[in-house]
Amino acid sequence: MNKEAADLKHSRPDLKGSLRRLANTVREGLRRQPLFRRSEGRGSVSERSQEAGSWRTSPFGVLVRKEISDHIRSWRFMLLLGIILLTCIASLYTAMNSIQEAIQSDSSANEFVILKLFTLSDGTLPSFISFIGFLGPLLGIGLGFDAVNSERNKGTLSRIMAQPLHRDALLNAKFVASLSVISMMFLMLGFLIMALGTIILGIPPTLEEFLRMISFIFIIIFYIGFWLNLSILFSVRFRQPATSALSGISVWLFFSFFYDMILNIVSKGIAPNAGTATVEDIVGFQNQMLWLSRISPYTLFNEATTTLLMPSVRNLGPLTTEQVYGAIASPLPFGQSLLLVWPQVTGLIALTLICFALSYVLFLRQEIRGRS
Amino acid sequence: MAETVIDIQALTKSYNGVKAVDQLSLQIKRGEIFGLLGPNGAGKSTTILMLLGLSEPDEGSINVLGLDPTREPIPVKRKVGYLPDDVGFYEDRTGLENLVLTARLNQVPEAEAKERAYQLLESVGLQHAAHKKTGAYSRGMRQRLGLADVLIKAPEIIILDEPTLGIDPKGMDELLALIRSLSEEQGLTVLLSSHQLHQVQQICDRVGLFVRGRLLAEGDIASLSRSLFADDPLQITVESGPLNNGLLERIRAIPGVRHAEPADRDGTDLAAASAGAESAGRSRMIVGSDTDCSDAIARMIIEDGVALFGLQRKEYGLDEIYHRYFEGGEQHEQGSSRPETQQA
Repeated sequence: MNKEAADLKHSRPDLKGSLRRLANTVREGLRRQPLFRRSEGRGSVSERSQEAGSWRTSPFGVLVRKEISDHIRSWRFMLLLGIILLTCIASLYTAMNSIQEAIQSDSSANEFVILKLFTLSDGTLPSFISFIGFLGPLLGIGLGFDAVNSERNKGTLSRIMAQPLHRDALLNAKFVASLSVISMMFLMLGFLIMALGTIILGIPPTLEEFLRMISFIFIIIFYIGFWLNLSILFSVRFRQPATSALSGISVWLFFSFFYDMILNIVSKGIAPNAGTATVEDIVGFQNQMLWLSRISPYTLFNEATTTLLMPSVRNLGPLTTEQVYGAIASPLPFGQSLLLVWPQVTGLIALTLICFALSYVLFLRQEIRGRS
Repeated sequence: MAETVIDIQALTKSYNGVKAVDQLSLQIKRGEIFGLLGPNGAGKSTTILMLLGLSEPDEGSINVLGLDPTREPIPVKRKVGYLPDDVGFYEDRTGLENLVLTARLNQVPEAEAKERAYQLLESVGLQHAAHKKTGAYSRGMRQRLGLADVLIKAPEIIILDEPTLGIDPKGMDELLALIRSLSEEQGLTVLLSSHQLHQVQQICDRVGLFVRGRLLAEGDIASLSRSLFADDPLQITVESGPLNNGLLERIRAIPGVRHAEPADRDGTDLAAASAGAESAGRSRMIVGSDTDCSDAIARMIIEDGVALFGLQRKEYGLDEIYHRYFEGGEQHEQGSSRPETQQA
């Protein structure tokens, strides 16, 4: 016993030492790699211009790295991450609670159990997708609302602009950095939930489930990317961070709460008379309302995610009994689900691009001055 | 003569119909320190922004180191360092990190960037604050860090916009001495804008007077005052024992002297008059002359047996120039400004 313990004690520092040695050799090896040799000090001007081609040393890459580290260090990001994590855990917990009932009561739903983790809720707390639909915008707005105007107010904008980089590099770097932080965060969250679900439920995800989940995460990223760009647009337009934050939040609140109410009022106004309307009238009216509601990125996101996570959703518009007649109530394959939500995804990306283009144009036309 | 590194021809820029810069022509030679002087809102910052390609001129051409900054801003910005007025830093980063970031944006490799940053922090006297967050820096420290930030890209020209604004006099002198010594060491061309005359007078080789978008005059201080005050007599104040009329007459007879008046009788120079009254037996005299004849005046007074306490020749410095042009600017605008600012 004693001897073994002594051996163990003896071996521990050795283990540590060997680990350290291993780490050192790995580091040495990496340093000898051509990729890493770039960063070593040998910067004559001619060599520097050769290096300009590489992404890591280009001003854009440097700015992206700086922005990412700014985000990760900031309290704001920590708070937002904390909120998202908490809601994530809470929704996972309620999903776990109700998933057993769901499996027992409905045998047809036994497929795609893992996906149910994102959509199920026992009624006490919203499901994961509704949480993300609601809180995701806050994350996007939170990361983007002071992107440009805080640089301006701190007097760093003119200093950065005096460096040899194109004016749009700053804006692109801000966008890319925030989006990659968001992407990393949600990929991590998604995989974490999947792993936890696998461990707790004991059912490994199938390839289709995996693909569906990955595309779900990408839709979340596009969705938050839209809000991020909207808030960057406001940050270019408004000089005060508070103004741009408030405008971002008001747009978010408008689409989360008021847009549905306004749609209800509108639908009452334009609804066809129930007594005289033909089927075409009603279908037309329904489609009209659907298109109106699809102006909201919130609706686009909801439609896209529910279709992807619930393979049994076959259509997003109104269906007549004739159309449903003869259809087999089976889940859609992944490709078909993706095809179904393709317009929604395109719409989200288009909204994102419009916001980005607007802020781009605004920023390129703005005067770069001191703190004015 | 050294080559021209900044060449501005007939530059014009207007905002909402108001001309911020009006037909500006200016040449700056390699290695000189040029002071762009003018009151606030004279168009100094606008000119500087156009030099860097951050703002587009309406008319005219700019040539910086053989490049057009409007067309090729990137190579220009690689060779020109710019310190904006009221420069800001990332406040949650240390001074060193801020400098390294700038160096990295100029594609200086990481290790070299750090080395240069340490050297520069030392030369601007901030080595003790290298690892302090810039949020805790004082105004003077920020400006010195700004200077290091400008120099880290190893520029050929540095442009400093109001570098002395908001710094106490001692810090100001130190900063200017630093600018002077750094430019001499590294052979830098310095263009600095300011509305503070005295400091600029200390370090500038040449200055340009800039009012309402126009360059009224340029040159070194002596030639500036010579050209601007050519018609005005040299003013010599003599402090001596009581003067008799005979002596006064003889002084008036010295060739070049236009007038010689005892100050207390004149009544214009109140401060001098009261000072003269305080110390009995002393009197002040103001002599206006075309040439410097203080030597002759002194000899004459001493030969006459009158005590001579002081003899002061008044130099026309920037202050006089400044007041004259910035306050009563209108009437001089046509008369004395250099012909090339008027043409085209």
